[in-house]
Amino acid sequence: MAVTVKTFGSASEAAGALSSDRTARYLGGGTLVMRALNEGDVSISTVVRAQDQALTRIDASGPRITLGAGVTFARVLAERDLGFLHAPARSIGGPAVRNMGTVGGNLFAPDPYGDFTVALLALDATVAVQGGFGSRDIPIEEFLQARERQAGTLVLSVSCTRPASSEAFRYRKIARIKPKGGSVITLAAHLPISGGRIAGARIALGSMAPTQIRARAAERALEGRSLDAATIAAAASAATEGTSPSDNALGSAWYRREIVGVHLRRLLSGQE
Amino acid sequence: MSKVPLQFRHNGRDVAIFVDGGTNLLVALRELIGDMTPKFGCGQGGCGTCSVLIDGELHLSCLTLAETVAGRSIETLDGMKQGPNLHPLQRAFADQFAAQCGYCTPGMLMAAKALLDRNPSPSRDEVIEAISGNICRCTGYEPIINAILAAAGGRVSA
Repeated sequence: MAVTVKTFGSASEAAGALSSDRTARYLGGGTLVMRALNEGDVSISTVVRAQDQALTRIDASGPRITLGAGVTFARVLAERDLGFLHAPARSIGGPAVRNMGTVGGNLFAPDPYGDFTVALLALDATVAVQGGFGSRDIPIEEFLQARERQAGTLVLSVSCTRPASSEAFRYRKIARIKPKGGSVITLAAHLPISGGRIAGARIALGSMAPTQIRARAAERALEGRSLDAATIAAAASAATEGTSPSDNALGSAWYRREIVGVHLRRLLSGQE
Repeated sequence: MSKVPLQFRHNGRDVAIFVDGGTNLLVALRELIGDMTPKFGCGQGGCGTCSVLIDGELHLSCLTLAETVAGRSIETLDGMKQGPNLHPLQRAFADQFAAQCGYCTPGMLMAAKALLDRNPSPSRDEVIEAISGNICRCTGYEPIINAILAAAGGRVSA
């Protein structure tokens, strides 16, 4: 079925068109929307685009970085100042998908995709969105919890604070195929250290629930402690709490529950 | 539904077509331009056989909205040979038995060209990474990797 394509010069015009039409979808890199159209998704009758340079801007100079929603993973990888995001960016697709897929689109990628969003969730990112009535900033966790209702809003950018060191932010995607493959599970950990103890631990998991989630019980096991073997064991044994993984071709829910603690232990103890 | 006029460069030649809204670039290339070298595999971004270069960058044509390439330069496998001569990558694929059924070959060659255009002497790991978005069910990949390395190293019979 043919769809109507509406291209706007500014993000705000595109946001207006999105919020006023329930059958409209925003086209970023195409890896989600074009796939849906190729599969004959008749719920989409309008495709909205914006050619707004603000959507492809990267601000990586300061302690807080901002990525326009239309920034591709290839551009993240080309940016030396974004080294802490290279592992999640590299874990997505092959080169063609990384040339197309965007940071903003990844927020909407359903399980087993959306690996970059796992990293952003651990980093407590803020999502700037524009609806019909202006723009606002939403914590990423809140954004993900209401993701199904975000279709009428346009994501403008995501921002987060740069981790203090490479040790403070860790990421791992477990896939069956190397170097490319869908996620069996994806893990990210932000472990700020203050006076030798973890202060503000955030653990994020992908493919362990319908959207990316935080492993709050594991975070509690880490909080205020030093990252020693006993603490790591406690966090690993709490990793499944609050998760609701499902079966898919890449792995069963049972298997995901079995391995998430193992991989969290390896991630926290710095093992390959 | 009205058709939309679209102009772009296809293997160095300007083309003008009319597309339906929502048409992907793969359909535009195959059905409207008549370039059958990019193949339809999955339509989901999982197989890579529809790979083309857009302004020199590797993209999946099945996930590219045709209207977004207005004014841009598209390269497909059809434009790879140099006059009557095969491109060194094509020669290497033939010499190294890198094609069996051949369905993945157009995408593999475009992914390999995207690599060598930027990195003329890649390592084996860089070759593996460059074709990681392209699935081959016949060769087991080794002949393809060897062919790309041979083309990069100039070890190809002309």
